[in-house]
Formats: sequence, C-alpha cells, structure tokens
Amino acid sequence: MLKQTEGSHAVAEAVALCRPDVICAYPISPQTHIVEGLGELVKSGALAPCEFINVESEFAAMSVAIGASAAGARAYTATASQGLLFMAEAVYNASGLGLPIVMTVANRAIGAPINIWNDHSDAMSQRDSGWLQLYAETNQEAVDLHIQAFKLAEELSMPVMVCMDGFILTHAVERVDVPEPTDVDAFLPPYSPRQVLDPADPVSIGAMVGPEAFMEVRYLAHAKQLSALEHIPRIAAEFEARFGRTSGGLVRGYRCDDAETIVVALGSVIGTLKETVDALRADGVKVGVLGIQSYRPFPLAAVRAALQGAQRVVVLEKSFCVGLGGVVSTDVRVALSGLQLHGYTVVAGLGGRAITRASLERMLKDAVADRLAPLTFLDLDWRIVERQLAREAQTRRSGPIAENLLRDVGTVAAKVA
Amino acid sequence: MDQQVKFYQTGTFTVGNRLLSPELRTVQASTARSNSLNSGHRACQGCGEALGARYAIDAAMRATSKRLIAANATGCLEVFSTPYPESSWQLPWIHSLFGNAAAVGTGIAAALHVRALKSGRTASDVRVIAQGGDGGTTDIGFGCLSGMFERNDDVLYICYDNEAYMNTGVQRSSATPPAARTATTMAVGAAPGAEFGKGKNVPRIAMAHEIPYVATATVADLHDLEAKVERAMTIRGARYLHILVPCPLGWGSASHDTIRLARLARETGIFPVFEAERGEVTRVSKIRRRVPVDEYLRPQKRFAHLFGANGHADMLQRIQDEADRNIRRFHLLDEGSAA
Repeated sequence: MLKQTEGSHAVAEAVALCRPDVICAYPISPQTHIVEGLGELVKSGALAPCEFINVESEFAAMSVAIGASAAGARAYTATASQGLLFMAEAVYNASGLGLPIVMTVANRAIGAPINIWNDHSDAMSQRDSGWLQLYAETNQEAVDLHIQAFKLAEELSMPVMVCMDGFILTHAVERVDVPEPTDVDAFLPPYSPRQVLDPADPVSIGAMVGPEAFMEVRYLAHAKQLSALEHIPRIAAEFEARFGRTSGGLVRGYRCDDAETIVVALGSVIGTLKETVDALRADGVKVGVLGIQSYRPFPLAAVRAALQGAQRVVVLEKSFCVGLGGVVSTDVRVALSGLQLHGYTVVAGLGGRAITRASLERMLKDAVADRLAPLTFLDLDWRIVERQLAREAQTRRSGPIAENLLRDVGTVAAKVA
Repeated sequence: MDQQVKFYQTGTFTVGNRLLSPELRTVQASTARSNSLNSGHRACQGCGEALGARYAIDAAMRATSKRLIAANATGCLEVFSTPYPESSWQLPWIHSLFGNAAAVGTGIAAALHVRALKSGRTASDVRVIAQGGDGGTTDIGFGCLSGMFERNDDVLYICYDNEAYMNTGVQRSSATPPAARTATTMAVGAAPGAEFGKGKNVPRIAMAHEIPYVATATVADLHDLEAKVERAMTIRGARYLHILVPCPLGWGSASHDTIRLARLARETGIFPVFEAERGEVTRVSKIRRRVPVDEYLRPQKRFAHLFGANGHADMLQRIQDEADRNIRRFHLLDEGSAA
C-alpha cells in the first residue's frame, strides 16, 4: 500500500510483516523510532504472538536475540553507532554461532566527539564480523531489504544487517509502498532453523573449538558469504517478480555503460550522486554511479565487471580508516587488482556533514581532470584544522580538541546546512 | 511416611539416603537420574562447580521431566564440559559469551513463550536455566543479570560461586572474600590478600529486585540444594540460586575437602544459607554446630598468610566479625543456643 510515511515507521511495518517472534529494543538515536513502532504494534496486539523485550543495553539486545534465535525464534533488533560497538562481542558471536538474526543499523557516527548524525563508521566497524551487510539507497529499499534480509538470513543461517542512513532515511517522510501481508507471507516462509535448542533432540551449541578446527569453522562462514553472492541476486529477482520493484541485489549501476568516470558509493548519497551525474552528463561529461547494495559479502566480480570499462574510479565513502584513508575503497581496489585505473578516495559526510550537489559536482570535475588528490576530504575546513595543529605545536596544554575547534568554527549551523 | 525424618541421626553430617523412603531420597541417589553433566569432562579432582552443576541440573531435569534448556556463561564450567567436539551435557545447552548468560536465557524463554502461544498454550512446559561462575555473574554478567531480574523473565539463574576467576588462573572477582590470596590480590605487603570492605553480595542484590525467589546453597547439603532447585522450578519468573562451590585449585585446599569446606562455610556463618521470596527471607538453614572461622580458613592455602608466626590476627578477627554479623543478620543460630 502506498503511503506517505517516515522511514523508521515504514521499516517497523516491514519488520512486522515478517512476523518476528522476538524483538529486543534498546533506545539509541537514530534507530529509536523503528523499535518504538514495533513496540506499539506488539502492545496493541497487531503483531502477535511476539515478545517485545525492553533490554538494559545493546549487548543484552543482541544476547537476547541470540538466545531466542537458538531456541528457534525469528529474532530482530535495531541499533546504531555506540550501540553497535557496545554489542560488538555479541555481534561476532551471533555470526559465529550461525544464527539468522536480522538487525537494522541506522547508520550514525562513532564518538568521541559524540555525534548523533549520519555516517557509516558504525557498520564499517563490524564489516569483518561475519554478518551480511546490505545498504539501502532509499526508504523504499530499506523496507524491501528487510523482507529480503529475513529470507536471506534464514536460507544461509547467518545474520544480516540492513544498513540505512540515520536521519537522512530513518527520519525522512516520503512515499513508500508497504507490501501486503499475503505477499510477504508467500515470499517469506516460516523460519525452519538449522540448529535449535530442543529437549527432544539435545545439542550443545557454542562448544569450545581449539586449533584443530577453528580455521575450518571460520572458513565455513566465508563459504556462506560467498554463496550469498548467488543468493542475494536470486532473492532480489524473486522479490521483483512478486512485488514489481527492483530492490537490493549486489550492485546497481546508473549511467555506467559508457562512463569514463564512475563514482562508487553506498546508501542514500547515491540519490544525490545520480542528480550530480545527470547534471554533468548534460554538459557532456561521461560519468556514472555504481551503488553497492551488498557490502558483505563484497561482490568483487560484479564491482570489477561494472568498473573495468571506465578510466577512473572515485570511491565516495562516509567512512574513514584513520591512518590509511578509505574503507570501501580498499575493497574496491581488491576488485580492480591488475587493472590500470585512476583511483580516488573521497571521504565525505562524516558526522552528518552535508554532501551537497555543488560539492560533488566540483569534486567530480576535479576527478575527471585528474586534479583530485588520491585521498580527498570533501569540504574539509583546513583553516580550523591548521589552527588546531598550530595550537598543539605551541602549547603543551592545548586543551580538548573538539571544544577548541568548535570555538574556532563559531556558529555550527553554517556547517550542516 | 508420617514421621518426619531427622537427618544427621548417624551422629555425623552424613545425610543417609538409605534411611529415607525412596521418594525422599536425593536425585543423585537414583540410578535413573539424568546425569546431565556426564562423566568424561575435564574438571579438576574435587571440583565443587562440577558437583554443584550436576546436582542442580539433575534436580531441575527431574522437576521438569527433562523439559529443560541451559545457557552457560564462559568459564570453567563451559570449558571443562565442552572440549570440541565432545560435550558432557545431556540436555540442550548453549554457550554464547562470558557476560550474557542471563540475557541468552531471557531470549530462550521468550522464544519458548511465543512457541507456546502459537500452539494455543499460555506458557511453555520447557524451562530455562542460565548459569555461570561468580565472575560471569557478579562482575561481567551483572548488567544482563540485573536486567533479567527486573523484567522478571522466566529464567532460573544459577551462580556457582568459587570466589575468583579460576578459569583464567585465580584472579580476584567481586565475590572474592577479604584477605583471600588470588593472582591479583597477592599475599604480600602489610595487608596481604583481597581488601576488606570491597566486593558485593549478589544474593542480597537479587533480593532487592524483589524477584519471586532467591536462595543460597552449598554442595555440602545435597538435600537442601535439590529442594531449592525443585522449589525454583515450581515458580514462574526470575529466580536466583547462588551455590558456594569450593575450588581445590584456587583455594589451595585438598580435593577431598570440597564438601567439608562448603559445610564449614555455612557452620561458621561465613556463607549464610537461606531462601527469600519477593525480597524477604523466608527460611534459613540454622547453624548446627557453630565453629570459629579459623576452622574454615586454615585448610585453605589462600588464607595461609593469616596464620603462623607472621600471621594476621587482626584480619582473622575481622573475618570473624563479618561471620558474626551474618549470623545476626540472618538469625543463623537457634533461639537460646550458645552464641
């Protein structure tokens, strides 16, 4: 049904359509509206039977989901930012145990300095956790990916993270087609666990594994992710056949066919990039966008196939590997190994810094002219960076960094508008 | 049987199963017991935790007709029972992490409840136990434990308390008693061993959550321990059982002294054995023959620095004072008996 609704609320409806048995809720912005929406559906009886559990931390949220999933329940939770880090030990545990939990990550920066706005640092910190990571470009795709995620998770017996940009998507009110329950029921069969805690057939789950088999267990997780490279497009195709929409899949190109320059990106910024590409195309600049929907598993072959005809690749990412540069670009480089392409990493939008069309256009023109630095920080205010560096060089007790910078910046609003 | 059996009639602390009618005998006395923690595991000789876990889980298995699932924290119990690919557990069992056994228990209980509702029942007949050592309970798992308590989730949490992190090599936990030597509270300096005035009493904290049932027990009194497990399994909601389980390795005690030390912990007043419901003590195991704390402490090398020519009589007195306070607080002596 088409409706004008908030991204979080639409996701709550989509998750409810998947008939989860257990939902663990712990508040953290910008994810809160999702579990609030689900809590209301459970409390009102609209989603039943379902256990909605207000836990005491994100670590408990994932732990309760682990117990529920191991006991045969379809389990769901949502988190962001510090919350994802706080549950990190359990995040790894869920995938190590092969439990098909689905979790929304409403992508948000990680502190310090504390920052509630969007970037991809949180999900990227868990890229090696064994979870599959799907990134939504729009709220419609966020809705659709959740429905696909439960199917994918349960077919593989591996957990799936659906990543959607905090605030930009979670709090945006726009048109979303929320599927009909009968269609979702037909698409997503009831959960049939591979392993379950059952007194009629007792098993021990989570035994200690030493050097004799640990590598093999870890490899099997990798093998499952490799097989997901086939499952993900198939499930996306099944979804399209039933719901009439293209959502998910591994990667999606936009005006890439004859593109000399292709920008690679994840999440909602793809929308802004498409508009920028349209504008540049109107001026005769041959650019395209490659959106990565499946970041884990990373679709090496699909990325290579999409990029190998280009002359240069710009990876625009909302994540930052301190001491190296890009996170996503490192993976893209693996996909392009052996190809002689100009490669640029553009770190953008950290902590909610607006990524404007004007900035993207300027950056892409520099890229096309090969004037771009290999590692570029989009719209970085060098003035205040240099002032702080100078301060630290002059004074031992130079004070808290963030406060110094804010004092130098003056008004904050000018930076986020 | 009409007549109430009085234990200890042999003149020792032997409970004497053979003096009881079959239905009053312990689960452990039955060859038909589930033997939930099967032989072949790697626990040390004289391990109190292995005994406590088998006693507790076997009793729970009988109480639930083997409709039971256990979640286990990381620690000795998990490591010695499940060296891959072997497992001693004769029931569905899961180990997730060190600090989340209570939360995993909550998740299992939630899953079982939904399944029960789907099949038209109001509650699941399958019950849940979460268990861990004192480190996994009183320290790293404390947040999850408190959360499980306050939500009154339908889980029995059992803490096997051997008063330190034994699995990692005997480091101090918040359950380590004052003056005890551990690898991180060394028996050196002017105040050797664990400091006085630190640590936490989780049974009393559990009571403060006003959960339906809290009990303490030791491996020295099998009847009492089993009865508490069975009582716990008659109740829905959050329940907590704290079992003192001596550790020969960590305590520096003889492996044949595990039961004796557990009994002395109770008879000195150092470890009060009681039951509480909704935050109020409902029953205590009275001290039968009171003994000074020295008798409990002396056989344990972790307290060796308190004795001898360079001993610490002042610290011994403080430990005695704390035992005396327990005796007063929990009314551990019969009215009129010699204090």
